[in-house]
Amino acid sequence: MFQVRIHGRGGQGVVTAAELLAVAAFDQGRHAQAFPSFGSERTGAPVVSYCRIDDHEIRTREPIDAPDAVIVQDVTLVHHVDLFGGLSPSGYVLVNTSLPLDELGLDGRVGVLPDGHVAGCPATELALAHVGRAVPNVPLLGAFCALTGEVPLGALARALRHRFTPEVAERNVAAASAAFGLVTDHEEAHRAPTA
Amino acid sequence: MLQQLEGSRAVAETVARCRPEVVCAYPISPQTHIIEAIGAMVKDGRLAPCEFINVESEYAAMSVSIGASAAGARTYTATASQGLLFMIEAVYNAAGLGLPVVMTLANRAIGAPINIWNDHSDAMAVRDAGWIQLFAETNQEAADLHVQAFRLAEALSVPVMVCMDGFILTHAVEAVDLIDQAVVDSFLPPYEPRQVLDPDDPVSIGAMVGPEAFEEVRYLAHLRQLDALELIPSVAEEFAALTGRASGGLVHPYRLEDAETVIVAMGSVLGTIKDAVDARREAGERVGVLGVAAFRPFPVAAVSDALSGARRVIVVEKAFSLGMGGVLATDVATASPASGPDLATVVAGLGGRPITRRDVEGILERSARGTLPRLSFLNLDEDVVARERARMAASRRSGPFAENVLRDVAAGGAHR
Amino acid sequence: MTETRVHFYQVGSFAVGNRLLSDADRTVQASQERTNSLDAGHRACQGCGEALGARYALDAAMRATEGRLVAVNATGCLEVFSTPFPETSWRIAWLHSLFGNAPAVATGVAAAMRAKGRDDVRVVGQAGDGGTVDIGFGALSGMFERNDDVLFICYDNEGYMNTGVQRSAATPPTARTATSEARGPDPGNVFGQGKDLPRIAMAHDIPYVATATVADLHDLERKVERAMTFHGARYLHVLVPCPLGWGAASADTVRLARLAAESGFFPVFEAEHGVVTGVRRIRRRVGVEEYLRPQRRFAHLFAGEGRPDLVARLQALADANVERYGLAPEEE
Repeated sequence: MFQVRIHGRGGQGVVTAAELLAVAAFDQGRHAQAFPSFGSERTGAPVVSYCRIDDHEIRTREPIDAPDAVIVQDVTLVHHVDLFGGLSPSGYVLVNTSLPLDELGLDGRVGVLPDGHVAGCPATELALAHVGRAVPNVPLLGAFCALTGEVPLGALARALRHRFTPEVAERNVAAASAAFGLVTDHEEAHRAPTA
Repeated sequence: MLQQLEGSRAVAETVARCRPEVVCAYPISPQTHIIEAIGAMVKDGRLAPCEFINVESEYAAMSVSIGASAAGARTYTATASQGLLFMIEAVYNAAGLGLPVVMTLANRAIGAPINIWNDHSDAMAVRDAGWIQLFAETNQEAADLHVQAFRLAEALSVPVMVCMDGFILTHAVEAVDLIDQAVVDSFLPPYEPRQVLDPDDPVSIGAMVGPEAFEEVRYLAHLRQLDALELIPSVAEEFAALTGRASGGLVHPYRLEDAETVIVAMGSVLGTIKDAVDARREAGERVGVLGVAAFRPFPVAAVSDALSGARRVIVVEKAFSLGMGGVLATDVATASPASGPDLATVVAGLGGRPITRRDVEGILERSARGTLPRLSFLNLDEDVVARERARMAASRRSGPFAENVLRDVAAGGAHR
Repeated sequence: MTETRVHFYQVGSFAVGNRLLSDADRTVQASQERTNSLDAGHRACQGCGEALGARYALDAAMRATEGRLVAVNATGCLEVFSTPFPETSWRIAWLHSLFGNAPAVATGVAAAMRAKGRDDVRVVGQAGDGGTVDIGFGALSGMFERNDDVLFICYDNEGYMNTGVQRSAATPPTARTATSEARGPDPGNVFGQGKDLPRIAMAHDIPYVATATVADLHDLERKVERAMTFHGARYLHVLVPCPLGWGAASADTVRLARLAAESGFFPVFEAEHGVVTGVRRIRRRVGVEEYLRPQRRFAHLFAGEGRPDLVARLQALADANVERYGLAPEEE
């Protein structure tokens, strides 16, 4: 089972992100379960959503306290929320930022993750450029596809087209694809010297 | 067609296929997504000639439902928690009048202290109202139960409440095979009321009944519940034959074949418990699960049969009766076979506190060691409780205890 | 042989009696076609104003709808005295659910009829003042604001008579009830409280609001029929004296209803879409004392030295009604 935890703030599409991920996994014939952190819905308040992906029926209903991947939609949460609590030592971290990751002051648990398991993505900028709204969720999902390989970009695109009207869907697909490309390029550049 | 859907959406789509004629809505978390979706379908004209009524309270929601059902319309509403309590007089009334309203209950805790998260306190509060109460384990079952609910309600002239865990199911996105319209139409005939407000054949409904007949009238309502014990499994079987899905019925036994220890529970926590039982089975322990799918009427015989081989029975339930203990556990005790298994109650998941597989395995371990008390509260922080008791002993004006506990927990970190 | 004076005004109109009217203007009760919606044999008290009002109102509604009517009843005297188990006095389709929910139940019936394509069937909700201005107020306001297709009739006897005469928000100031006893410096119900439900109804801008009394049953019937010409939420507030609760003679029910109107204490008017369109002007104005004296619930105002100060305050309320609605008699 692959478990994802997404941290963000109300209004950033945190819950939608988990749902889209689940639909994309379902598109691949896998079992998926997405659910929010069940809080009162308030714009700007910290929000958590979860997504489980597995090849078998998912019966458990407990929250994800040992994720395989953490997506951080809003880095300002770093000092308020235990973003990386329970994160698998072989897990993934994806952060919405346009800054180099080492300038963010992420905690030590991120530093010990395997090479190529941590990425930053300027998702808000990509969303503004492609969708016209500062909602970083979809670009981050594109980046997630590149980082983890857990869900292919094509499945995410189909999930987006299933959810949104054609025009909005294509803008989101473009944003996700751009993020996918950025992370893929970065990973390749990172690997190149040792390859 | 199998789709990845939010639970609320799955329920709304299924209710729509049941061709409701009147739907009442008053919003309360976590029921909102269901009525929003149905409201949109009515606005689109997809459910025509269905009437969708935005009422001013849950009390009105059930009251409008009563009027609509008495006038012969297939009627649906949904609520949760405080909303159910606010309509409780009408909840009893709908059952007393024998009106087959179907209602989704998105199970949520009851305040004070106010809490929007899941437990089963709301459903337990109307346990004696005369409604059939069905509990869903998954969103697939929640959706399917609504089709069966209309069938049961209208066959018996008894209202049916489909209980699904608030947020845990209502807001979870998972695969659901939405039932085809043609299948619903073949399974659910048009509603033929036993009594109806009709100017061409006027009757008085809701007359006063004195001591000379009240007991007989109430006993007849009890008999309809007993009839439901027969009908619920047969409707579930018919549904399974049509859809291939084992939704509904009275109980859901899991790995009971040689089980010495059986956990009894209701609702979505059964999935987590099954995972825990599988793990303990792999370790060689003879453990099983009994899911209670129909809480009212309570399937005494089915529970008794299912527990006949058990030496230890552990009821894990998301509600309790203050000053007494388990609610489901009391019924399970009544239904326990003469062999007299040891019965323990674990109150868990109150106000949305997670119940994990590790928790369930811990319960099984304590049970096996003989250290599980007759009544316990899962992951209760006894230090926090003791400190508040001490504050209360130290000062008459110790203040609001919920707020004191919140401050204490905030100062000491997480509650677990 | 002694001479008997004929009081033409006793029937509340300029007619001596029904038989002098043209067929079209006669009360539905004069017709063999009447429904007897609320039939004989019920258990209401002698002189019950509510039984009289309900019978006239519902038979008029049945005539107006050509028998396509469903009635929804709140808990209260009317419900209890009309359905003593195992009998019922209702010859129409009738549903009683609860005390506080009759407007919502009526909404549900109307919605079901619409969904079933039976738009010809009309719905009447009915309750006493407790079920209307107090416990049913939220449901009634909801029904009003949604403009649901229901005529709601309040039979106002100014208190909880079914439970033993307790105060409601329709009980007038100074009236003695079991929960507003005639004791102390401010005996009976206090001033400055209570709800004027017809005006609250008007504030919802619903198509039709009217008041009536059982002293003028032609007027009551006409207003029911007028109400039935509208679709949407309509409200009819009928003053129905209660011999038991008011401490009045059973024979005085109609007389007290007339004195309530003729003193201005109970204004009789109608309004469409929130605007007053007609008033029943007072023909022979009387002081409130004439209305109050025959009622034991006001006896403390007149015992011993009496409380002329309180009577004056009640008179001021009546005068304000006369002013607000223009009820003063026409100059003769």
